[in-house]
Amino acid sequence: MAKRIEVSDLNIYYGNFLAVQGVNTSIEPRSITALIGPSGCGKSTFLRSLNRMHEVLPGARVEGKVVMDGQDLYGSDVDPVNVRRQIGMVFQRPNPFPTMSIYDNVIAGNRLNNTKMKKSESDDLVEKSLRGANLWNEVKDRLDRPGSSLSGGQQQRLCIARAIAVEPDVLLMDEPCSALDPISTLAIEDLMAELKERFTIVIVTHNMQQAARVSESTGFFNLNGVGQPGRLIEFNPTEKIFSNPDQKATEDYISGRFG
Amino acid sequence: MTATKAPTERPAKQGAVRRPGDRIFAGSAKGSGIFILVVLAGVAAFLISEAIPALTAPAEDIPGGEGLASYIGPLVLGTLLAAVIALVVATPLAVGIALFVTYYAPRRIAAALGYVIDLLAAIPSVVYGFWGLAVMAPALVPFHEWAAEHLSWLPFFAGPTSASGRTMLTVGLVLGVMILPIISAIAREVFSQAPALHREAALALGATRWEMIRMAVLPYGKSGVIAGAMLGLGRALGETMAVAIILSGGAGATVNLISSSNPSTIASNIALRFPEATGVGVNTLIASGLVLFVITLAVNMLARWIVNRRADFSGAN
Repeated sequence: MAKRIEVSDLNIYYGNFLAVQGVNTSIEPRSITALIGPSGCGKSTFLRSLNRMHEVLPGARVEGKVVMDGQDLYGSDVDPVNVRRQIGMVFQRPNPFPTMSIYDNVIAGNRLNNTKMKKSESDDLVEKSLRGANLWNEVKDRLDRPGSSLSGGQQQRLCIARAIAVEPDVLLMDEPCSALDPISTLAIEDLMAELKERFTIVIVTHNMQQAARVSESTGFFNLNGVGQPGRLIEFNPTEKIFSNPDQKATEDYISGRFG
Repeated sequence: MTATKAPTERPAKQGAVRRPGDRIFAGSAKGSGIFILVVLAGVAAFLISEAIPALTAPAEDIPGGEGLASYIGPLVLGTLLAAVIALVVATPLAVGIALFVTYYAPRRIAAALGYVIDLLAAIPSVVYGFWGLAVMAPALVPFHEWAAEHLSWLPFFAGPTSASGRTMLTVGLVLGVMILPIISAIAREVFSQAPALHREAALALGATRWEMIRMAVLPYGKSGVIAGAMLGLGRALGETMAVAIILSGGAGATVNLISSSNPSTIASNIALRFPEATGVGVNTLIASGLVLFVITLAVNMLARWIVNRRADFSGAN
């Protein structure tokens, strides 16, 4: 299921404002790729461009190519809705649908994709997805309660269950732990280590220890100044980035000399 | 004597300093709350005390000579018919308008359309009445005839049709136009406040715009739409002028919406009869007003119950 994403010469605009410039990289399947960098450097924008979620804002557009296993995600005949069905996303703040039960939250994506599912099938899928998100034991007795009745960390794992229930090829995570306490963060990190067996995972994080703990590759984004476009400064195996980075800027950022 | 002792007997409260601003605000808020209750109780007490003579009067003294129930009954029916038609027509239309303005229309068109809708609310009801009489009623005559021909198996369209178009159906439609801006303004407001967080959650799962609206916007806005519809219903129930102008009413209980004999509504009946009413006649009209008061109260309580029923799932937490 996991797929490779090739990004070449990607520029991302909001209206006339160039937000991210000239990104070239390759995201490997069955691994975790972390994106780090100071606030406003365009790493979230880049992440959202991978499943065309940035297009939700009016005026957003891209130049360049994003290709997933030979399929150009920005091809003229590609529907962004289909892209998002293949590339799932988990957001910074847990966002289960408050009007739906835990059960309905998990299969919300599947209800969109195919119209009819047998009760036994959807029961199995809910259990499988919640087990996949390490949440089953905590919620199995209250699947009919609203998703918002859970704690923050549980809600985030519910969102992960919802995202993996549709069996996407890639899972994008936009600072998934920044609203969570350390225990919940640990639970999510353990979960990511399991999920990378099945999915390509890209995670944006402000927590450099987290990037070092969970990821195989790390990309460092930076910008020269306010109003300048963000750039991918360095993309290397995580070990190299955190021990012997190629770029001076990366080293300065990681050692805490700025940002 | 106690005044001098009081400070030593009552231990001074520690910590919480009562600042004058706090006290003024708390007092005025409490005062407003009490004031509205007093006004409500005053109106209710007036209605009840003035209605009692009609309730106790012998049947032949009530206008119409057949007792209070058979006098007010058709009026209640007429009031509910007109209001329900208005609500059934206006609510889906208002939700559609609100969705179009908030999620489909280009921004500039949306703003212009919003103003136009708000303008509908600024038209005085007497103008609606004349418009209904002069424009809507004649324009609806062909529809009346069509309905009588094709839908006459429904008791609502039994016919014979009114030649003037001054029917319950016309009144209901005019009332629908009148309450449209109320419902759509509230629906627009709640739809535009549907959290971006949940809209993005839906889109990221691969929802189309309509699916996103169904998953994240409509459930969130449901209670707001119900509240708006109930406000609209309240206005439709109590509307006096437009109904009094358009409807040629006062013809007993019938659910036939397109004939020239229609039941009147409570509010317009009061407005039309009050100037000439004397004695028990006045009390009878006030008793009908009491009934309208109770109906409106019941509608509002029902709406509140609907809104609260699934409070856990409302999105407010």
